[in-house]
Amino acid sequence: MREMVKMVVVLAVLCSVSGGLLAALRDGTKDQIENQQLEFVKGPAIRKILVEGAGATNDPIKDRFKIKIGEREESFFVGVVNGKPNLVTFESAGKGFGGSIGLVVGVDVTTDKIAGVAVTTHSETPGIGSRAQTDAKFTKQFVGLPLSGEFKVKSDGGQVDALSGATVTSRGVSGAVTMAAQIYQQAKPQLVEKLKAMNK
Amino acid sequence: MAKSIAQEFTKGLWAEIPPFRLVLGLCPILAVTKSVENGIGMGIAVTFVLTCSNILVAMLRKVIPSKVRIACFIIVIATFVTVVELLMQAYTYSLFMKLGIFIPLIVVNCIPLGRAEAFAYKNGVLASAADGLGLGIGYGLSLVALSALREVFGVGTFFGHPVFGSSFQPFTFMVEAPGAFVCLGLMLCIMNVLGKK
Repeated sequence: MREMVKMVVVLAVLCSVSGGLLAALRDGTKDQIENQQLEFVKGPAIRKILVEGAGATNDPIKDRFKIKIGEREESFFVGVVNGKPNLVTFESAGKGFGGSIGLVVGVDVTTDKIAGVAVTTHSETPGIGSRAQTDAKFTKQFVGLPLSGEFKVKSDGGQVDALSGATVTSRGVSGAVTMAAQIYQQAKPQLVEKLKAMNK
Repeated sequence: MAKSIAQEFTKGLWAEIPPFRLVLGLCPILAVTKSVENGIGMGIAVTFVLTCSNILVAMLRKVIPSKVRIACFIIVIATFVTVVELLMQAYTYSLFMKLGIFIPLIVVNCIPLGRAEAFAYKNGVLASAADGLGLGIGYGLSLVALSALREVFGVGTFFGHPVFGSSFQPFTFMVEAPGAFVCLGLMLCIMNVLGKK
């Protein structure tokens, strides 16, 4: 009986100490990890849209802010083109073939038109669905479309050319763009305010 | 105590060098040794986990009841592995992305558990620390040796710098999975020949 109690006590103490330690460490490194993830996971996609695609001259990862939409907080990354911070990118997600597809959408606030989309994270089939990330033709078709309403692949009666053999993935990306349109509509009033403040 | 602290330390570097003598921890050694950078990163991570878990297990060895010792070892090891994982994510994210799943998998790596069971549970804190440090460094060195071999011949670079002229045709077989087995086998063979008395 005494041995039983000892076993339970030792295990419980050990578990709680290690749990507490890890929780503290996690809190301590949370911000740093978030920065690193932005830099390495979303950074390339965001830069591709803003810096390479639209010719932004600032570092969009540094010029970011958060806007509260309902319960959630979204991060917005700002691209400054010709001295004016009119481009923003933010994240969205859709359901693909192998799980969630993370998408970054760039939009021009003055015209409400899409400046670019890029896939950040996915678990689609390599060589088939994964082309959504690598095939520039597929993501380019979104550029210039107004970011509002619903996006659907052509076989569902929409406007998006699906990747051949990867309809489900294409649907996921379209769904993510649709969600981005909703986020954008909700965030726009606050977004315009924030950008105005930056322009000064 | 039969052996001195220094002996406990140096045995990990040759006589009991983990992948070649104990033939433990082979799964990550095959997977991460594509470049020297990965090898060093993994070596440091394992050394840290091994040393810390050995010290802690040795400190707690009188308290831990023998019936639940394995569970206790795993908790200790898992805690340190998570520490490494979080720190790597926070400060060396690009390395973390390359090593990926093999960092959390150190938990089920046989080396830390094996040393906790076979050594730290029976020996003092200092000897265990020396044992962990020695074996960890030994593991790191073998990772570096293997990854150097694979990187130099497979990609034609060492630590990212080209070592051969532009006419060198990389022997890509070496950086693929079968190349890892062949390399490891050759290294084991050389170690056995050298170690023969």
